[in-house]
Amino acid sequence: MSGDPCNRCEELLQDFLDRTLTDAEWREAEGHLTGCDYCARRYRFEESLRKYVRTSAVERMPPGLMAKLDELRGLDATA
Amino acid sequence: MSEPEPDTEARRIATEARDRARFEEEALSLADQVYRVARRLVGSREEAEDLVQETYARAFRSWRSFTPGTNMRAWLLRILTNLNVDRGRKIQRTPQAQPLEESDYYLANKMASAAGEAALETDEVVERLSQDSVVKALSEIPPQFRDVVVLVDIGDFTYADAAQILDVPIGTVMSRLHRGRRALKQHLAEEALA
Repeated sequence: MSGDPCNRCEELLQDFLDRTLTDAEWREAEGHLTGCDYCARRYRFEESLRKYVRTSAVERMPPGLMAKLDELRGLDATA
Repeated sequence: MSEPEPDTEARRIATEARDRARFEEEALSLADQVYRVARRLVGSREEAEDLVQETYARAFRSWRSFTPGTNMRAWLLRILTNLNVDRGRKIQRTPQAQPLEESDYYLANKMASAAGEAALETDEVVERLSQDSVVKALSEIPPQFRDVVVLVDIGDFTYADAAQILDVPIGTVMSRLHRGRRALKQHLAEEALA
């Protein structure tokens, strides 16, 4: 364990956002975030960054592609 | 009974045709989600289209190897990522001199020191980082890290699914994700704060 609670919080934060922490780690991170403005701001930042990356990176399928895929139906395994 | 009755055989063929049609319907209903991931794994729209078409061609040919009831989206992505690697991605070596991504708070701290702690609030993040800069930053992450970031953070796959798709242990997914996200932030910092 790291001595500095903010460093420790940084270590846990990505997994906190991924919801992959153990219960004990979760309580540790949550407890720190409740009392530390510095880390709470970074938590909100990381959370909104994740959402923003997700929405920014999405590009819809080009209009003609679905028809092309539909034409592939029934392809023979030996073809 | 050695030879199947003619009507038994007809029924078998009809059942298979129905199963196949069902498989194809389900696969096509996922096309938009498959494309979304493909588009961020490769450099251009044309490449993504080709890759998705190749994926569906292979999927439709080998539909019998899909186990009904399992995750078809992950199955399709497994085909897609394999094809992507086959398409010459092997040539693209990850540079060993890749600078070490500083920390998880790297981008946040850069933004805070450039524009104050208030710059970390949600609206400011969106204002400072353009959509293009996100896309560009993603494209600059070394491919083996990018694959994981794209699958988990854009494709919404679990660590376990990503491990299965990429045929690597789950621990590898976690460490690549960790490094990939840091690399993304480093590129975003260069983009946004240049």
